[in-house]
Amino acid sequence: MAAMATDTSSTIVPAADRSPSSWGLGDGQAIPWEYAPAPEARDIVTLKERYGLFIGGRFVPASDGGTFATVDPATEETLAHVAKATPADADRAVRAARRAQTRSWGALPGKERAKYLFRIARILQERSREFAVLESMDSGKPIKESRDVDVPLAAAHFWYYAGWADKLGYAFPGRVARPLGVAAQIIPWNFPLLMLSWKIAPALAAGNTVVLKPASTTPLSALLFAEVCREADLPAGVVNILTGPGEIGMALVTHPGVDKVAFTGSTEIGRRIAKGVAGTDKALTLELGGKAANIVFDDAPLDQAVEGIVNGIYFNQGEVCCAGSRLLAQESIAETLIDKLKDRLATIRVGDPLDKNTDVGAINSKAQLEKITELVASGVAEGAELYQPACDLPERGYFFRPTLFTNVAQSHRIAREEIFGPVLSVLTFRTPDEAVEKANNTVYGLSAGIWTDKGSRILEMAKRMRAGVVWANTFNRFDPTSPFGGYKESGFGREGGMHGLHAYVRLEDR
Amino acid sequence: MASRLEVRKTYKLYIGGAFPRTESGRSYLVSGADGAPLANACRASRKDVRDAVRVARAAFDGWAARTAMNRGQVLYRVAELMEGRREQFVAEVGAAEGLRPAGARAVVDRAIDRWVWYAGWADKIGQVLGSSNPVAAPYFNFTIPEPTGVVGIVAPETSSLLGLVSRLAPPLVTGNTVVLIASEQRPLPAVTLSEVLATSDVPGGVVNVVTGRKAELAPVLAGHADVDALDTWGVPEEMRTEIELLAAEDIKRLSRRPTKVVEARFDWLDDAATERPEWIAAFLEMKTVWHPIGG
Repeated sequence: MAAMATDTSSTIVPAADRSPSSWGLGDGQAIPWEYAPAPEARDIVTLKERYGLFIGGRFVPASDGGTFATVDPATEETLAHVAKATPADADRAVRAARRAQTRSWGALPGKERAKYLFRIARILQERSREFAVLESMDSGKPIKESRDVDVPLAAAHFWYYAGWADKLGYAFPGRVARPLGVAAQIIPWNFPLLMLSWKIAPALAAGNTVVLKPASTTPLSALLFAEVCREADLPAGVVNILTGPGEIGMALVTHPGVDKVAFTGSTEIGRRIAKGVAGTDKALTLELGGKAANIVFDDAPLDQAVEGIVNGIYFNQGEVCCAGSRLLAQESIAETLIDKLKDRLATIRVGDPLDKNTDVGAINSKAQLEKITELVASGVAEGAELYQPACDLPERGYFFRPTLFTNVAQSHRIAREEIFGPVLSVLTFRTPDEAVEKANNTVYGLSAGIWTDKGSRILEMAKRMRAGVVWANTFNRFDPTSPFGGYKESGFGREGGMHGLHAYVRLEDR
Repeated sequence: MASRLEVRKTYKLYIGGAFPRTESGRSYLVSGADGAPLANACRASRKDVRDAVRVARAAFDGWAARTAMNRGQVLYRVAELMEGRREQFVAEVGAAEGLRPAGARAVVDRAIDRWVWYAGWADKIGQVLGSSNPVAAPYFNFTIPEPTGVVGIVAPETSSLLGLVSRLAPPLVTGNTVVLIASEQRPLPAVTLSEVLATSDVPGGVVNVVTGRKAELAPVLAGHADVDALDTWGVPEEMRTEIELLAAEDIKRLSRRPTKVVEARFDWLDDAATERPEWIAAFLEMKTVWHPIGG
């Protein structure tokens, strides 16, 4: 380490030789320098010791007084105790939502609904730092991402759908769009506030009221959002938030007072939810798992592709349903690409989510860390070749090294199952046909990536992908105007854009 | 001179562009609305349904890849051929549904017109349901509808031709392929429609028609992992939950009849209720593409 530093400082090195590949990294060594910590201040967040359920505009304890702890996954310390909703609470929340829908929200002109949503968007922008810090504390995601992606996008979603509230007629020509009524919305722990905004913004714009259940490991940003609703003077009962275990989600799904169910999460739970609404008239949208292919052709700008691959699978610790977890590299450039990737992996910084320089934060929970560990072990056992950079991991907390597997066969579990962690499986192909075949060889169909310099090839490949979102020369990009959702077992229905409204309306003839 | 002996028709299945008998060798007696025997229809088996799904899957890529205009013309031609068989349809629908000739004629005419209405959507639905999205980044971002894949249809039980056409045309027009279980009590018009399809330009395997017991066949379709979407309009009320539970297993898209709509009383002659782009959209996937902008 010291020797290397002396070498480079004593001679003038041509710029080309200072490229990462000449640093001699990528062979499992630690990076030959250290970073100073750059922690984001926590004091902008005031944690309460206890949080209640948000029902009918008030914070209330669970009907049986039960609570559960929510933990900072980076330190394993308890952040707060949160009310654990019971089926009786679910019933109360659905009734509150129904009252609000029929008495206040549903009767409000679209113009007025719009202004409430604009208000919420503005408050989210004003309190953005507070939300970002809280989100990173509760979920383990790097502050860089919660600050630059989650929170601004959440605000943007409210902003975008606010404008639709009084323009629904233009979204559905020839039809009158009526609200469905009460929506039960169940969201995951990977993007707690962002998923809340994807669910609540279009629902409210269309005149529905909601009962939202955040994931049990990440309830805090939703409860802070409840405060925002109060600050915006949103009528009581329009937004209700129930914290608790999965059974509370199922109590909502099967509640006869619910008209619409929206779920984001695993395909396994999605299946249970689809069964929960079987035989009823409840509308359903599901945004489920994925195993996206990120396809790199030999004419792709490789350095740009490396950044996109890294963003595709290590963004949010890989805990992303649309993560580019299968890299399909064209054979002629595979070796070069893998070398570059290994170099790049060596400079990824894993650690304190609240450090502004952290690239990969903490895995959301112990259970998730165990699942990732188990699947990675299966990759090794099935004969794939493992590579991990030698970065230091914090002593406490749930952390996992960015991981790359080469020599992966399509039959390996790491190429078939959603890992939901920072684990990339590299496969190769020779022809575009083979790339299409391998990319589509999955029960999922949420997203895909294409890297090539040729515009016509982008469009041809995009057409042949059986996936709902196709990114070309980029990955993991989101925008409130851009519909998002899956093919096949990745679910149905779209969130975002004009299409996202469709999930929350009943169309009547003019 | 002795009166001429009529040549009766054998009603068969329509799978992969051919007319096989059911592999099970079974049939059931079909009677008219007045109880008079009309013919024997094939009582298809689970295996027949699976065979039909296989050929429907094989036909999907080709049918979906047709240009929208071509698909529109191919489907319009189906209406042309239905017109030529008009009298046969009138007789069969009349016997099956107990309609007088004038009533049967109205139903058949409407079925032909409805086919034309849906065929015309082939090269328009993408413009109505697609969008270009103004994202806050240097990408051309657009959303286009694509066919879902293999669609299973449990055809309406009461309206043997008009109901059938109203549910079959919407998924077909965008490039889906179909496995259809005909009305159990009134299957003959569906078989005759398959004879129209066979002589049209619709490629073999794009539409497959089986006749038989819904209780036996619908669960096979609902539980088949290579069926992407299911139209349950004609599922008997008592089977509804069972079928939807089976369909949930592989996250099938469902096109469900609202529980308050009683199928036997649904007015298939009502254009406003049955000519709906939403019925096409139920069998579409929306694909969003981010295409880079920059030199």
